[in-house]
Amino acid sequence: MSSKKVVLRFAADITDQPIIYKLVKDHDLIINILKADINPQKEGTLVVELTGDNTEQGLEYLRQLGVGVQSLTEEIIQNEEKCVSCGACTDICPTGALYMERPDMVVRFNSDRCVVCRLCVKACPMKAMEVRF
Amino acid sequence: MAVEKTYQEINERIKKGQAVVVTAEELVSMVKEKGITRVTSEVDVVTTGTFGPMCSSGAFLSLGHTKPRMKMHKVWLNDVPAYTGIAAVDAFIGATEVPEDDPLNSAYPGEFRYGGGHVIQDLVAHQKVRLKATGYGTDCYPRREIETVITIDDINEAILFNPRNAYQNYNCAVNLSTRIVYTYMGMLKANLGNAHFSTSGQLSPLLKDPTFKTIGVGTRIFLGGGIGYVVWNGTQHFPGINQDDSGNSFGHAGGTLSVLGDLKQMNPRWLVGTSMLGYGATLTVGLGIPIPVLNEEVCRFAAAGDDELYAPIVDYGNAYPNFTPSNLGYVSYGELKSGKIKVNGKEVPTAPVSSYPRAREIAGTLKQWIQKGDFLLGEPVQLLPNADAGIKANTLKG
Ligand code: SF4
Ligand code: SF4
Repeated sequence: MSSKKVVLRFAADITDQPIIYKLVKDHDLIINILKADINPQKEGTLVVELTGDNTEQGLEYLRQLGVGVQSLTEEIIQNEEKCVSCGACTDICPTGALYMERPDMVVRFNSDRCVVCRLCVKACPMKAMEVRF
Repeated sequence: MAVEKTYQEINERIKKGQAVVVTAEELVSMVKEKGITRVTSEVDVVTTGTFGPMCSSGAFLSLGHTKPRMKMHKVWLNDVPAYTGIAAVDAFIGATEVPEDDPLNSAYPGEFRYGGGHVIQDLVAHQKVRLKATGYGTDCYPRREIETVITIDDINEAILFNPRNAYQNYNCAVNLSTRIVYTYMGMLKANLGNAHFSTSGQLSPLLKDPTFKTIGVGTRIFLGGGIGYVVWNGTQHFPGINQDDSGNSFGHAGGTLSVLGDLKQMNPRWLVGTSMLGYGATLTVGLGIPIPVLNEEVCRFAAAGDDELYAPIVDYGNAYPNFTPSNLGYVSYGELKSGKIKVNGKEVPTAPVSSYPRAREIAGTLKQWIQKGDFLLGEPVQLLPNADAGIKANTLKG
């Protein structure tokens, strides 16, 4: 079993198709949707984590449908030299990837939960959250 | 008879390496265990600490004379303007100043990536800083322009002088409005989406000597990783007692300190350039104050724990910006640190904007310095006005 995080981009004409259902049903994949967005032009972006034996076949199926598949290469890192554990990001992060360890009040970062929304990158007063490509 | 100690006695013990020093956090549990009387006789000094964004900070820099001499009229450090209306080659770099071409909030919310606070951190870190100055030329100071690179080691003096630091207590900021607001208390989500607070509670210097029994002009402190001094009360020093609508007291608030120290012996870990999204640039300052345990009264105040210290909850969506009274109640630091509080019946997640782990590190460092005998207590030559002084805030008309 392997897992892979990918960014999927859907053109407007396929946003209404049961693609996720097919990935589960036909390719036996566990799908964890990390982020979903449909813009005013009805184009969709999904950040998903695919887990299963057939991730490559699943991705091939998506490509044939015309879905843009891009592996999630951007990641967010916490620069531990710069982070002062002020805490200001912990209630901004939507997924709990940045969280406070109590009772010591030290701020920790769990990259597995990060969906690269970049909110912390902007909000961190010490510029300690960095985007890495 | 109740214990009374003098600064001289405590300093003698420090010099001999015999002083008993504990952090304010340690004192809280110690007093719970042993009682005030015993702890007052056992402990000599309590150390406090705070590490948060502190506007009203800055540094006086005496840059040295050029050849030929120059009377600087405008000065920029890494493009951040410094104030030069002091003398020919003296300048003051303020923590909140930003470069003239900063987009500010025109690209809302502005990022304020680099400002005076960052210049101060770069200087303390012995980084190279670009200095540009212009002058109008005089008979004795003919030169009109210079562009060069300096480090803190190249200039004559660098004195950190923060006119208002170490707020005694601070608001717990929430947002009752329907849009996100970007404040000096961080990003506040709409409709009571979160609550931010900014003191170290039971470690916070002025909450531990709330009636200014020991802190005054000449108190020696931990400042920016080095040694500094309290030189006056801070600006906007309005020591008072927080009360709710029915007149119940929720502790002391409103005191501030003016502090000073030689920037050259400080450390960039404890003076950090800070960018508050949508608000501006500033400096996060590490500051710690030793409190001599002179008697039981001093000890009792210093032993107040997070559950006995309260912050007022204030709406930053409408009330604060419009300067209309807002009292959404009081909440203890114990509750604030737990991660959620109740406001108007709604559960609201909390987060600090000042670092508790760093505050603890400061109190611990100061404790070590004193235990080693390196750091003697400065006896104030004058104490600061407290709540009894009845100082009232003026507001600007117009
Ligand atoms: S806001 Fe930045 S400095 Fe503060 S805890 Fe989060 S990552 Fe660390
Ligand atoms: S980018 Fe930052 S705010 Fe967004 S999920 Fe990752 S850690 Fe949280």
